[in-house]
Amino acid sequence: MKFEWKRPAIILAVFLAAYFLPVGQARFDGAIGEALRLLRGYARQHVLLCLVPAFFIAGAIAVFVGQASVMRYLGARANKVLAYGVASVSGSILAVCSCTVLPLFSGIYRMGAGLGPATAFLYSGPAINVLAIILTATVIGPTLGVARAAGAIVFSIVIGLIMQLVFGKQDREIAPAAVESEAPPAKPLWKNALFLLSMVGFLVAANWSGGAGGLWAAVHSVRWVIAGLCVVATAAMLARWFSRGELLEWCGSTWAFAGQILPLLFAGVLVAGFMLGAPGGEGLIPARWVEQAVGGNSLRANFFAALAGALMYFATLTEVPILQGLLGAGMGKGPALAMLLAGPAISLPNMLVIRSVMGTKKTLVYVVLVVVMATASGTIFGMFFG
Amino acid sequence: MMKIQILGTGCPKCEKLAANAEAAAKTAGIDYELVKVTDINEITAFGVMMTPALAIDGEVKLSGRVPSSSEIVKILASFD
Repeated sequence: MKFEWKRPAIILAVFLAAYFLPVGQARFDGAIGEALRLLRGYARQHVLLCLVPAFFIAGAIAVFVGQASVMRYLGARANKVLAYGVASVSGSILAVCSCTVLPLFSGIYRMGAGLGPATAFLYSGPAINVLAIILTATVIGPTLGVARAAGAIVFSIVIGLIMQLVFGKQDREIAPAAVESEAPPAKPLWKNALFLLSMVGFLVAANWSGGAGGLWAAVHSVRWVIAGLCVVATAAMLARWFSRGELLEWCGSTWAFAGQILPLLFAGVLVAGFMLGAPGGEGLIPARWVEQAVGGNSLRANFFAALAGALMYFATLTEVPILQGLLGAGMGKGPALAMLLAGPAISLPNMLVIRSVMGTKKTLVYVVLVVVMATASGTIFGMFFG
Repeated sequence: MMKIQILGTGCPKCEKLAANAEAAAKTAGIDYELVKVTDINEITAFGVMMTPALAIDGEVKLSGRVPSSSEIVKILASFD
């Protein structure tokens, strides 16, 4: 009989951890408080006005936007120039769940437009999905949110082109042609676009912060009027254009996203608060260390942030609370962008999968490119906005 | 015996599809074997880009979404 060692080992580890639990020590108790404070902050500030509408938008994209129509531009016979452009932005509608990125990457590489567009998609996908942009912009700030999206799009094209230049001549083993997905529901594009736009309008208006005065403040004072109009518009479109079945499917997909992402996000919030503290507080890791490692905007700080982000695994959206904690503990804006750009795109586990798809050499070059690009964009961003 | 294959890297949607397919096969009362294909290269070899996907006896029937179990029952019925 094989000796079952796993369970006793786990039980022993849990017991030892509980036995030596440092309850009562100021830093540990403080860190627990910080974790709970950050969790409450998210529940109060970000769930109702930001996350809930964002899930509805993500659900609508998943149900109403024909994915097949996007994949047409990334197929084997696609226009090569167009393929890069589409690959760099299509993550916003295709890659809401991080587990869909890798199969799509593998598909584009093997049976679609090839290495360049595939790596462009792989890099930008996790960074520009709709939920990630919305949460980054509302929690961490619009400047970093926009910089993250723009940086991901620009650098994905650069990385894709370099990969194609370096390895383009090598043959790939071509898989059988992609299976045609069934035709997407026939609703004109402008109806879907308008429907999504009105929901995005609500989200932007509801989260509008007063800020710099002038036009910003003027919009701020009427933000609820704008948000209300957007809700009315959404409801009207829903009633006129969408059938009951579509409505149910939309709600189902929204619910699925929420159920899938919220537990991960809140676990991430607790861990980030515990280790790094809520804004204005300090968690288990002293703020001094964070500031030494990734404070300011030196090349070293940017490189360190990019490399750490590249190795670490972030579950969908958890990069946001972690970054928030790091920024609160003294991380510079440049290194923050570097980590946002390198982090969700690669991690140790997904490097292994990428390697199984395109081999060790290409994977190494890709990882190096991502780290270098993220470091560069962080440094440049830090010079202007840091 | 019918071979029902679930293609997906192990995300919650794939689990949902596997559960729905199993329920459908039981409803239809057929003799089946449920296989999960999680290796990404194998999935690509099926010609599938959007997971989760459902294949029956090696032939891809659906990809990119999770069908209800009653929908799968219809697919299964068309095979008999």
